[in-house]
Amino acid sequence: MTVRTQAGSQAADTEQADEVIEARSYLRDGHSLRSWLLTTDHKRIALLYLIAITGFFVVGAIAAALIRLDLLTPAPDLLSNEGYNRAFSIHGIVMVWFFLIPSIPSTLGNFLIPLMIGARDLAFPRLNLLSWYIYIVSGVIVLFVVIGGGVDTGWTFYTPLSSMYANGMVVATVAAVFVSGFSTILTGLNFIVTIHTLRAPGMTWGRLPLFVWSHYAVSIIFVLATPVLALTLILLAAERLFGIGVFDPALGGDPLLFQHLFWFYSHPAVYIMVLPAMGVISELVTAAARKRIFGYWFVALASLAIAVIGFMVWGHHMFVSGQSIYASAVFSFLSIAVAVPSAIKVYNWTATLYKADISIDAPLLFAMDFIGLFVAGGLTGLMLAMLAIDVHVHDTYFVVAHFHYIMVGGTVTAFFGALHFWWPKITGRMYNETLGRIAAVVILVGFNLTFFPQFLLGYEGMPRRYHVYPPEFQALNVISSTGAALLAVGYLMPAVYLLWSLRRGPRAGPNPWGATGLEWTTSSPPPTHNFTEQPVVEHGPYEYPLAHPASRGDA
Amino acid sequence: MSLPAFFWPPEASAHAREVDLLIGSFGAMVWLLTLPVFILMAAFAIRYRRGREVNREHSGDGNVWLEASWSIIPFLLTIGFFVWATSLFLEIRRVPEGATPIHVVAKQWMWKYEHPEGAREINDLHVPVDTPVVLVMSSEDVIHSLYVPALRIKQDVLPGRYTHLSFVAERAGTYPLRCAEFCGTDHSVMGGRLVVMRREDYARWLASARDGGRETMAQRGAALFRSAGCAACHASRRADLAPPLAGIYGRTVRLADGSSATVDEQYLRDAIVDPNRQIAAGYRPIMPTYAHALAARDIDALVAWLREGGQP
Repeated sequence: MTVRTQAGSQAADTEQADEVIEARSYLRDGHSLRSWLLTTDHKRIALLYLIAITGFFVVGAIAAALIRLDLLTPAPDLLSNEGYNRAFSIHGIVMVWFFLIPSIPSTLGNFLIPLMIGARDLAFPRLNLLSWYIYIVSGVIVLFVVIGGGVDTGWTFYTPLSSMYANGMVVATVAAVFVSGFSTILTGLNFIVTIHTLRAPGMTWGRLPLFVWSHYAVSIIFVLATPVLALTLILLAAERLFGIGVFDPALGGDPLLFQHLFWFYSHPAVYIMVLPAMGVISELVTAAARKRIFGYWFVALASLAIAVIGFMVWGHHMFVSGQSIYASAVFSFLSIAVAVPSAIKVYNWTATLYKADISIDAPLLFAMDFIGLFVAGGLTGLMLAMLAIDVHVHDTYFVVAHFHYIMVGGTVTAFFGALHFWWPKITGRMYNETLGRIAAVVILVGFNLTFFPQFLLGYEGMPRRYHVYPPEFQALNVISSTGAALLAVGYLMPAVYLLWSLRRGPRAGPNPWGATGLEWTTSSPPPTHNFTEQPVVEHGPYEYPLAHPASRGDA
Repeated sequence: MSLPAFFWPPEASAHAREVDLLIGSFGAMVWLLTLPVFILMAAFAIRYRRGREVNREHSGDGNVWLEASWSIIPFLLTIGFFVWATSLFLEIRRVPEGATPIHVVAKQWMWKYEHPEGAREINDLHVPVDTPVVLVMSSEDVIHSLYVPALRIKQDVLPGRYTHLSFVAERAGTYPLRCAEFCGTDHSVMGGRLVVMRREDYARWLASARDGGRETMAQRGAALFRSAGCAACHASRRADLAPPLAGIYGRTVRLADGSSATVDEQYLRDAIVDPNRQIAAGYRPIMPTYAHALAARDIDALVAWLREGGQP
């Protein structure tokens, strides 16, 4: 993808040019709190999101720390049964809806989509700001729940436990999730319209970066799935508040109806988390390999295939719920089918590395972490799709390990990889790359130490959400908790050296990785309107060797 | 810390051995598909690292045949395992002919069992070895899930609906039994043991647990049929009041709306707690609900009696 802009070509490494770039950077465009809180610049809103989701990541992580500490011993030492249930409920709710779902789309998607397609902003800048405020309102409600005593239903809110029996602040929690849904719907809508209407001249669908394709696919899920969750939560609140019988059989309802509705949203939600991560990996791998992606259309269309088939597999969460055995067989088959497009992506990333020119920087290491962990998570997911296996390991730690490999090993690792890759673009500063590489390794080791033992625990028969457990499970739980401590170190490291780089980091230049992509043709950090001149696209993405003049000297 | 180390969970049935074989074989195939990816990724990263002089000609950026083969071959291999896993599942979900029905009522946070001979117990469940058993389960409150890792089976237990779990335990012994579905505060301590006994031991246990002369489930059901007032209509001389119930279990009945239904445990339960949902053809919808008059185990007893013929 090549471009005619002045921004890059003038970025000679002179102090003076640096000053000019700094001066017109989006970061310098107003310093007051007001200039941030009322901004409509997608880049500033992305940073607002980044700060907010980091806060919620910390809340969720504290709950996780309590869980892992408590599980060091089989007895209920640290927390009461009630307290433990509240800890894992808050952990799940905060991590799913307040960190993972907005994580990559709302921060990096928000920041990068306009830059990648050569636009000045998203299609609806004020709507973008509104979605951040909606997210904040929902986040305040959830913090109110945390302080007010919590909720004890788990993040799945199964009825009639949640609607008739639970003691916690169920309605407030449901309200928080309900409100946050509007934020994601608006973001999805904004992305779809932006990608359709604001592409630069020459930016055809076949020239879209794969990051944009995967965000297009995820936006479709945002818009189609989230309303179903909203309706389900309204029905749940109606039953709890007014006794309107929908799910509780004592009121004439059907408890499995809730599970069908909930998973109709929540299974696609897993793809909400993982599709943007896949988009990130496609960018990281090609930039490190300095090579065109292998099988562009296969990777791009695989995102759409995942989005579509992902809507038809929800019943695999209900193999032992009492649903029809024939329905279970069909859902099992479809769940195997949805693995195909994911496998296509993994094979294509591997093939991209063949005969490439690979720089083993922190972003590539994070990308390789992602591929390894995602493959492990995906294939254990395939095991869970097998009916006879699922009957044994359903609702055990095997499932807990599986989805953490996807959501944490996959999405969170990709999120960190993306931060390391685009940090110079976002801040204009370079961090310490050695520390970055070390962090990628610490996270990989810590993660596997935490979650691999949980596969064994699950197969041994330890159910999930168990606070008191038989003593023979202690050794594996201690290993898991030790790994969690290491993982925490791995997550804290980037927080330290990335923040350090803001003050002390060397200036990054417009294209520190020598990558293609329109975002690398403008200055770092970009000016408020992204490009000083309308970019015109003449090539596909990943056209290496680099043709545009902003490339690094050794390209 | 007590016993360290990880042990493979005991296999107390043929099904457990088959599940282990299935996951072992599937695991092997998974490694077969994954290892090449991991090895190639590492090898490429080292061989083609930047600055290294190496042939990079003809690297290529796509190949439809390659794409097709790495999509279709693993898929077909997996479909083979799908067939295996699904047939194993259908087998375990089929209730064997003549299986001993044991009724289970789950509630926050305990398991209550009632054997057809009338023996009742809480949390610990005694069953005979090498004998097909079917658990007929329902919940009094939230959803629970009865899970026996040694048998590699579990089934959710729902309020208002019977679910079944059948098995043949082949090794005498004591195995953990756990609740697998989060059910509130004391979920993690809602457990018990599955005690698999030799048949003669089971018979002895049954005799002692029956407390000498307690009635069987069916007898209790028959008594309830009279004491709860069912007999007033169902055993009335006026034939138009309510259908007679003797021998009704397993039959197909015509319903007032023209459809028909097979009389199974669920049909009978619905007919007791929500009688007007399905009206037998030729009768008026006059029966009141017994949902509040009968406890879960009373409904179970009535169902057990009707299952055995329902002779008053």
